[in-house]
Amino acid sequence: MNLADIINPNNLVYEKPKLLTENTMHYCPGCSHGVVHKLLAEVILDLDIQEKTIGVSPVGCAVFAYNYIEIDWQEAAHGRAPAVATGIARCNPDKVVFTYQGDGDLASIGTAEILHACNRGENMVVIFVNNGIYGMTGGQMAPTTLLGQVTATTPNGRDAGRNGYPLKITELIAQLPGTSYVTRQSVHTPASIRKCKKAISKAFQAAIDKKGTSFVEVVSTCNMNWKMSPVKSNEWMVDNMFPFYQPGDLKDSTKADPASYTPLKN
Amino acid sequence: MAKVIGAVVVDNEECKGCGLCVVACPQDVLSQNKQVNGRGYHYSFMKNPEACIGCSNCATVCPDSCIVVYRVKIQEVRNEPVLVS
Repeated sequence: MNLADIINPNNLVYEKPKLLTENTMHYCPGCSHGVVHKLLAEVILDLDIQEKTIGVSPVGCAVFAYNYIEIDWQEAAHGRAPAVATGIARCNPDKVVFTYQGDGDLASIGTAEILHACNRGENMVVIFVNNGIYGMTGGQMAPTTLLGQVTATTPNGRDAGRNGYPLKITELIAQLPGTSYVTRQSVHTPASIRKCKKAISKAFQAAIDKKGTSFVEVVSTCNMNWKMSPVKSNEWMVDNMFPFYQPGDLKDSTKADPASYTPLKN
Repeated sequence: MAKVIGAVVVDNEECKGCGLCVVACPQDVLSQNKQVNGRGYHYSFMKNPEACIGCSNCATVCPDSCIVVYRVKIQEVRNEPVLVS
């Protein structure tokens, strides 16, 4: 059988999701953002919520996310995506609202917004892409940078005495009663990508079911600023990021009663 | 016994030559071209097309969604290959 017989629309098993636009993504070669965008598009298509999904894009590498997925978007100021999403979700309770944030956006300048939005249990999905570095501005140290990791502003590696410790914001958020589903995933192998898609799907389903905040951290790579090839940076992530940022579900109360937190009786 | 044959089509101009599909392929089908595309990237191509099983691992890991995967099952009936889509 020759190639021309196989390459036939009847035999199609995988193609670009219809929700992604024809625009070429501005991300560097091998960037994890492209995979996460694709998973979002696939999940929104699978759940058939294209008409009622509103995304809030951050400041950072993913600032142009609205160019790539054909849904309604709102751009937020740096770190304020959860605050903007709170307003959108409260004004439009029938919509599915999600924010898409990086680690500089969510774990640094937007810490107050994300902690309080999650603590209030706003009905939204948060996609948190954590690559441990400020990608867009040229590879400076982020709060999530690992100890000893070399960046543009820590040329001898991050030192706990001078720069403090890396921030496990997902663990902080998992303690808050407002969150229903908190998980940490990665997108470095086909198996982990399929697992991550299931997690994103579950998070969106929780938002449709009005369960409170769902938080999906995606541990990812920034090969350009880590100064490695995309394949090498995936290996580096497995060897160095995973021992500190361990993948897996941190909290899953999507099946529990949303009001499981008992108020004071007086 | 049913046998599966696959094929992938890479959008040469969209490919950024990151090489993630090359390591994701369990059959060692893909490779990076020595030629470059219009933007100067060494785009992926099928170096070993007979080995492809259409598992779509390459397309799953592709950050730029520029790989399309096709797959056919071939059933040997009376020594005549019959196409089952």
